[in-house]
Amino acid sequence: MRTPLTWLRRNLVVIAGLTTLAYMILPNVVVTVFSFNNPSGRFNYAWQEFSLDAWKDPCGVADMCGSLGLSLQIALWSTLAATALGTAIAFALVRYRFRARGAVNSLIFLPMAMPEIVMAASLLALFLNMGIQLGFWTILIAHIMFCLSFVVAAVKARVLSMDPRLEEAARDLYAGPVQTFLRVTLPIAAPGIAAGALLSFALSFDDFIITNFNSGNTVTFPMFVWGSAQRGTPVQINVIGTAMFVIAVLVVLAGQTVGNRRKKAQPK
Amino acid sequence: MTDKTAGGDVRLSGISKHYGTFTAVHPLDLTIPQGSFFALLGASGCGKTTTLRMIAGLEEPSTGTVHLGDREVTDLPPYKRPVNTVFQSYALFPHLSIFENIAFGLRRRGIKSVKKQVDDMLDLVQLGQFAQRKPHQLSGGQQQRVAVARALINHPQVLLLDEPLGALDLKLRRQMQLELKRIQTEVGITFVHVTHDQEEAMTMADTVAVMNGGRVEQLGAPAELYENPRTTFVANFLGTSNLIEASVESAGPDVVVSASGTTLRLPAARCSTTPRTGGKLLVGVRPEKVSLVPAAEENAIATGRNKITGRIAASSFIGVSTQFVIDSPVCPELEVYVQNIERDGRLVPGAEVVLHWNPEHTFGLDADQDIDAGIETVEESA
Repeated sequence: MRTPLTWLRRNLVVIAGLTTLAYMILPNVVVTVFSFNNPSGRFNYAWQEFSLDAWKDPCGVADMCGSLGLSLQIALWSTLAATALGTAIAFALVRYRFRARGAVNSLIFLPMAMPEIVMAASLLALFLNMGIQLGFWTILIAHIMFCLSFVVAAVKARVLSMDPRLEEAARDLYAGPVQTFLRVTLPIAAPGIAAGALLSFALSFDDFIITNFNSGNTVTFPMFVWGSAQRGTPVQINVIGTAMFVIAVLVVLAGQTVGNRRKKAQPK
Repeated sequence: MTDKTAGGDVRLSGISKHYGTFTAVHPLDLTIPQGSFFALLGASGCGKTTTLRMIAGLEEPSTGTVHLGDREVTDLPPYKRPVNTVFQSYALFPHLSIFENIAFGLRRRGIKSVKKQVDDMLDLVQLGQFAQRKPHQLSGGQQQRVAVARALINHPQVLLLDEPLGALDLKLRRQMQLELKRIQTEVGITFVHVTHDQEEAMTMADTVAVMNGGRVEQLGAPAELYENPRTTFVANFLGTSNLIEASVESAGPDVVVSASGTTLRLPAARCSTTPRTGGKLLVGVRPEKVSLVPAAEENAIATGRNKITGRIAASSFIGVSTQFVIDSPVCPELEVYVQNIERDGRLVPGAEVVLHWNPEHTFGLDADQDIDAGIETVEESA
């Protein structure tokens, strides 16, 4: 008997899966669709007609591309710094026994647990008391700080699951300390490090709260969007959003292709 | 590193290892002849793996020196020693193909054209068609062979094997034992094999060192160790022994002892200690050397043989033989293995029997030691 009820029962998992997927993708679709809009007023909230104007002139809005460049720059530097420091911390926490290791282990996750707005206000107080000029450097310092915990968490999980005998095997097979690290330790820890780095970049690029408190006169891309939302939202914001999304997807696809090629490649 | 003339024996002089107050290995002198298959046998925690790791350079000895031939390597890091290890659970690099795993050692030594050597090695371990697979795509037995190939391709002076067959099932283990023995004979490299499996050690090795509590209890060829154990630990750990507490009636070339009224004889040459009249002695005999007849046929036993009467407490049929446990006033649990040639229907639990064996097959041990040493550990690791 094929009643509608049994059909539903059989396909429930698929239906639930597709619904969840739609729930996640729909906002992205809206961003993309409205990047082709030609709004009648200053606000890009109602669909009018198809237009490529914004795509032809993505930097047509005053100051927007400047803030975008700044955000990318900050995201890049904080990713590099947080990944390097976080990886070192993760290795230290897993591999070595030292005094206050337990304390460091929990303290490192404090920035994750602290409400961001409180952290932002406290940081501002700290910077003002120390007499540091707010701007690029204060933003960068703040971003590195909150990205660190995520890198440590990602890399630590990977290093913990790593068999220490692999490194012994490398040393036994004529690899010195540097070679062992480059040929065995790093490649095996790489997925964890990459996950931490990607997370850092994403977190830094779209951070608003902490940045808003500690930026002084500097304007990052999220701050620009927030500012313009009070006066009217240019279509170019959607163009940038869509472009970022497409680039991210392309990067992931490229990574997978390279990985597959490497698997198939014949060694000399 | 491939220069075999520069090889030679592995010599450990007075090496020991302490971790804080715990002594893993007591000062140890050991010479492993070049080209031999040497086994370090013992229960877990006896110091055998620590000894192996000190030869590899992965562990620094607290005292003593390690020599390879004439060269002292005590202070050399592992990557500078002409020694390679097959690790327990293999430690294959998960991110590299089988080909690259095997080529690893050659590449680190700056050898550019590795294809021919790696292909030859893949053929030796019969894994040619798996070159491009990743380690996790191989079965346990195949991974084990990759681990051996990855070490052997470097032509080390000594190959160290740390419980290399521990993760394999029984049938595959038997097969790999023969395979490793074949490879060792073929390449002629010194193999040092660490294991807790006494059967594995005896099957493969030319020389076995039995370790217990961080010391070498006894060292020798497998048959020598089995026939002439010098301590109760070796007697019990290597196979099974019936050990009977007895007092010496008369000492001489032919020792006469008495245990609970039963008189037994053994040659003085087979005693690990000098028997003194009136002293104590542990008399041992292996279960397969003993014959079993129903009590009614006692008169048919040839004179001059050692005899003990008892009752069958239990029997278990294991195919090639039947194992009996005999309850006797002399010793509560005597084990006897009888070959299943013609099975005697009268030998059932409860039957009164006589055990008899050639006095030449009896060995004597110092009574001043734990009679059960080495028994517990066998059960633990089995």
